[in-house]
Amino acid sequence: MAETLIPKPATSAASGAAAKTATPLIDIDKVSLYYGASKALKSISLKLEEKVVTAFIGPSGCGKSTLLRCLNRMNDLIDNVRIEGSMRIGGHNIYDPNVDVIELRKRVGMVFQKSNPFPKSIYENVAYGLRLHGVKSKADLDARIEESLTASALWDEVKDRLHSSALGLSGGQQQRLCIARAIAIKPEILLMDEPASALDPIATSRVEDLILDLKKEFTIVIVTHNMQQAARISDQTAFFYIGELVEYGATQKIFTNPAQKRTEDYVSGRFG
Amino acid sequence: MTPSEQNDSRRTSGWMGIQRGHQARPGEWLAEKFIFLVSLSAILMVLLIFLFVAREALPVFLGQTDTALVKKPIPPDDLDKLSPAKLEAYLEITPEQFAKMTKANLHDLMEMKVEEQDDVPEKFRNDPDAHINTTEWKYLVQPHQWKGYDKPEYIWQPVGEIKKFNIIPLVVGTLKVTLIGLLFAVPLAVGAAIYVSQLARPRFREFLKPAIELLSGIPSVVVGFFALLVMATVLQSLFHYQTRLNAFVAGLALGFAVIPVIFSIAEDALTSVPRTYTQAALALGASRWQTAWQIVLPAALPGVFAAAVLGFGRAIGETMIVLMVCSASVMSWSVFDSARSITTTIAAEMAEAVSGGPHYRILFMLGALLFAATFISNMIGDLVIHRFKNKLEGKK
Repeated sequence: MAETLIPKPATSAASGAAAKTATPLIDIDKVSLYYGASKALKSISLKLEEKVVTAFIGPSGCGKSTLLRCLNRMNDLIDNVRIEGSMRIGGHNIYDPNVDVIELRKRVGMVFQKSNPFPKSIYENVAYGLRLHGVKSKADLDARIEESLTASALWDEVKDRLHSSALGLSGGQQQRLCIARAIAIKPEILLMDEPASALDPIATSRVEDLILDLKKEFTIVIVTHNMQQAARISDQTAFFYIGELVEYGATQKIFTNPAQKRTEDYVSGRFG
Repeated sequence: MTPSEQNDSRRTSGWMGIQRGHQARPGEWLAEKFIFLVSLSAILMVLLIFLFVAREALPVFLGQTDTALVKKPIPPDDLDKLSPAKLEAYLEITPEQFAKMTKANLHDLMEMKVEEQDDVPEKFRNDPDAHINTTEWKYLVQPHQWKGYDKPEYIWQPVGEIKKFNIIPLVVGTLKVTLIGLLFAVPLAVGAAIYVSQLARPRFREFLKPAIELLSGIPSVVVGFFALLVMATVLQSLFHYQTRLNAFVAGLALGFAVIPVIFSIAEDALTSVPRTYTQAALALGASRWQTAWQIVLPAALPGVFAAAVLGFGRAIGETMIVLMVCSASVMSWSVFDSARSITTTIAAEMAEAVSGGPHYRILFMLGALLFAATFISNMIGDLVIHRFKNKLEGKK
């Protein structure tokens, strides 16, 4: 079950363009979510394509982060959460009782709002996830760590101090380390929950460049409060408002010619 | 004046008020000074207790105690040849007592010393043990072949005509019991702390945490009583050892007393590990079990180590349980032999020791030893914790 949760990159690459139009990678169908009695998501339906950057935007408390966390079942950690509707990734309902959450999270990686490297060395931070998923030999570890640190544009800055603590890095470096950690285990989908909100403008632009790079290999879903950021890096944008999906479409269209009045007000800064 | 200014009576006009200093908030100032005094008094208490113990034990360290039964008395007529200090030591009197005495008094005392020696039973005249001062350091820490023994031995036997004060059996007994207690308590308490803080369901946690911490409310007498009657019998039938009351039973009972201490602090340390670490690990595809052992426990290690050090302090200082379960001062490293700890010895023997006598002094010396041991262990613990913390936080 777990093995076939999501088609492997090899097979999906072969059927590339065809798959894009046939079945979307992520298919959210009438999903509602309750925290106890309060309804945080109201019957959301959304289809996300493979190797596309999708931005979730909307004012605080609109449910965009909640929806993001549904995609790798991080909401399981919260008590009294109830989910209705179906959420399919690669054709599999991820809320099926038979789903191995660990296998799901291996394939759906996540980067958090606040950088959260483990209190270990830079090397160990990346190695941890790799070891969890069976990479044992030193040579393999070294290669995969260099590869992912290079991909997250951190290698040149840390290659001489791989074995010093990750907590000694700057905020922006820590966040790029977290991205390296997430992509080292080669997930198919990368969820990013406001990854640049705690960073200064220079670090933010580096992370944004990185996202544009990563797009070639990963399907990225990013939650952001920053309208310019959404406009700069995403292909598709979904606008949420108090638990509802207001509008979903190409980023270009959402920002220049939205169909809904509320979307227009929000992206032009009139409220939110 | 506007009405609002009238209402606010404490407000001074213009910039006058900024110069009032602590007079502006006398209540807070007083409270702060009071709390400062209270905390200062805690330090003072520790210092005073230590000074008291050290003062009582000092004669042992200075070699001023003498337990030799047979010694050559100084002829009373040599009174003038001795310095006051030597006289005080010989007559076993304090400088204050010495100052009050006339020459005739001193002469009488010296004559009494001679008579004392005449009264020593004949059988000791040729006994080499009766000629030595058993409070010398070599008899305190090295084995000695006493009369009637066929090899040198460590013996604590503070009563009788020849008093034997070898402290090694007590030190070994203390270490034996404490280490068994910690070996038993640390894994259990830390395991329980990991379970409660990381793995248990919230509702179960709310019930489990106070239940374990309630253990610490049980008086150690009760734990000792339980160990004496129930645990000793059950354990003997399980392991078939010879001595029913031994260091093993005492150690396990001690463990029960220490578990809540270690659990409580370790649980706090584990709970205070940021949830972001847990989330990061879970998002990487770690199981809850892997997250708890590989991420949370290493991050909380300084706190968990502190818990173990505190548990050690509690275990080494625990008196009642060891006193009730076993108290024969045999020299043996075997856990299935009896053991007598330092605290037990002090508690059991202090009441019968003659105030100011050699036995009394030695007991205080043991107290000072214990104080030093806990002090040093706490200090080493503190250093290690700082090391750990700096390493975790990336400071070198």
